[in-house]
Amino acid sequence: MSERFTKGMARNIYYGGSVFFFMIFLALTFHTTKEMPSRDNRQNITESVERGKHLWEVNNCIGCHSLIGEGAYFAPELGNVFNRRGGEAGFKMFFKGWMNAQPLNIPGRRQMPNFHLNDQEIDDLAEFLKWTSEMEVNNWPPNIEG
Amino acid sequence: MSTLKYQSQAVAKPYFVFALILFVGQILFGLIMGLQYVVGDFLAGAIPFNVARMVHTNLLIVWLLFGFMGSAYYLVPDEAETELYSPKLAIILFWIFAAAGVATILGYLLVPYSTLAEFTLNELWPTMGREFLEQPTITKLGIVIVCLGFLFNLGMTILKGRKTAINMVLMTGLIGLAVFFLFAFYNPVNLALDKLFWWFVVHLWVEGVWELIMGAILAYVLIKITGVDREVIEKWLYVIIAMALISGILGTGHHFYWLATPEYWQWVGSIFSAIEPLPFFAMVLYAFNMINRRRREHPNKAATLWALGTAVMAFLGAGVWGFLHTLSPVNYYTHGSQITAAHGHMAFYGAYAMIVMTIISFAMPKLRGIGEANCNRAQVREMWGFWLMTVAMVFITLFLTGAGVLQVWLQRIPESGEALSFMATQDKLTIFYWLREAAGVVFMFGLIAYISSFWVKEKTA
Ligand code: HEM
Ligand code: HEM
Ligand SMILES: [Fe+2]
Repeated sequence: MSERFTKGMARNIYYGGSVFFFMIFLALTFHTTKEMPSRDNRQNITESVERGKHLWEVNNCIGCHSLIGEGAYFAPELGNVFNRRGGEAGFKMFFKGWMNAQPLNIPGRRQMPNFHLNDQEIDDLAEFLKWTSEMEVNNWPPNIEG
Repeated sequence: MSTLKYQSQAVAKPYFVFALILFVGQILFGLIMGLQYVVGDFLAGAIPFNVARMVHTNLLIVWLLFGFMGSAYYLVPDEAETELYSPKLAIILFWIFAAAGVATILGYLLVPYSTLAEFTLNELWPTMGREFLEQPTITKLGIVIVCLGFLFNLGMTILKGRKTAINMVLMTGLIGLAVFFLFAFYNPVNLALDKLFWWFVVHLWVEGVWELIMGAILAYVLIKITGVDREVIEKWLYVIIAMALISGILGTGHHFYWLATPEYWQWVGSIFSAIEPLPFFAMVLYAFNMINRRRREHPNKAATLWALGTAVMAFLGAGVWGFLHTLSPVNYYTHGSQITAAHGHMAFYGAYAMIVMTIISFAMPKLRGIGEANCNRAQVREMWGFWLMTVAMVFITLFLTGAGVLQVWLQRIPESGEALSFMATQDKLTIFYWLREAAGVVFMFGLIAYISSFWVKEKTA
């Protein structure tokens, strides 16, 4: 780099630039949190959804699955599983059957553990997944397979 | 230990040694998971995939933290030209951190995760069960305490000594690391907010403050091995970290595309994250430039190789593979696919695993009282480790990218009804996963070669 461009100038760009863009980032984040209520479906968070999220966490479901594209890539996306597996009409039945059937024990197939959840807990998880599927996330995923 | 300029630099040694032990554990669990990808029920009862994954990623993060801490304890006194404020505190914190880390990993392995949550009173302040932040809340608190003690120790050292640009940048990076980690304690019921602020830890770490840490360590090692004027190197350092933060902070937007967030993030995220490869490219130019302009022939050839290697691999993994899927129209199809995994691997290895091994390579001969460099045979062995691991990682990345492209093609691009299901798609990717696992085994051989180099001595003939 040329001699006229000094270390002091580089340092000033670093300080000035990072503070400036950090401020913009904070402002945009603040604006985003003001906009989110109209998209994130928070009005439908019930106690059951809240318990469901907690169960999702303490069983580390994210360690195999992704949820709206974040998490692990070993097992199917679950952000839209509610729609994929029956929706309003059939999801809860499907889901209860699914959770209780684990582990499937099909030789060589990736295996999901049984988490020994009771009916109430399974229902809470289902409510959480239903709620998640109703979040407005700019039309992701591209299709029903997630 | 007569080869150290400041005796207190010696506290770095246990940090480096323990980091490498954890690294071996990380790779073991990577291999277990890689096998579970193709032989689904392998060890499924004893070590379910989600457990192996937590162990793999948490060991990674923790060994990198040990590596960063060791680096700081080694280079800060040297730069500040004074002894460390309290070597004793550094050793106490080492044992606390090591014990907390081991206990947490054993917790993951020995009891079901929900039981661990119960034992550690997650109810009181739920923070567990989110990717990379799986640690019990009490472990997270422990990490904060260790970081505070660590920053205090370094801060006091710098206050009483010379304040070089390298020390200031390193400190800023480390303080940033601790500050952004605090978002790990924020876990609202609303998943959208939870995710938004989760990225304040994950993205603002790897594409923000950790780049300062990497830049500072690289600058330090380059000054030492090339003898190039400090003014020049520090000017480059400022340019690089300026580019890193100017692009990387708003670049966080590339994680806000599909998240109940306003549309402007599609633009902000795409544009700013598209600039993020620049600082990594600058690091390549800078590393090669400085080594070409070297004023001395440093006997530690292995450290020079690591310094060049980390610049190149970070550019490929973070810069090229990051750019590949960062524009929102592309990310729409690749989000959360094997392409993400491909990028995550090469970026973490190239930037952070390799920068830690760079300073270990440079510092260990002095810490062990050997001198400026290991003997030739040991360096050759170390360079075997470098090449085996690095080439294996290139192949891991290529195979995962192949898997990812096919996955997107079969599962994401077709319309609903025509697209293959996730599990059916995975069956089609088997060959790529086998090849990835084979490359993983080569990686393990590389790691063994690397570690074994610490025991290689000159032939007494
Ligand atoms: C023997 C070599 C390795 C194998 C077989 C391996 C395998 C795996 C597997 C199967 C996953 C989980 C992917 C999923 O969620 O479905 C994973 C995740 C991960 N591994 Fe490795 N790994 C290896 C080495 C490494 C190395 C050397 C690093 C970094 C230095 C690394 C960093 C990561 C990261 C950051 C993730 C999380 C990725 C993400 O969330 O996108 N791994 N690894
Ligand atoms: C050394 C620096 C970097 C590291 C260690 C790193 C690591 C990672 C990891 C582990 C993930 C997966 C997170 C998850 O589990 O969901 C990720 C995601 C991502 N990274 Fe990076 N990254 C780095 C730099 C970059 C850069 C410079 C870019 C852009 C040019 C980039 C673009 C992305 C994108 C777009 C995603 C989201 C992928 C998705 O939608 O699934 N990364 N990164
Ligand atoms: Fe990012």
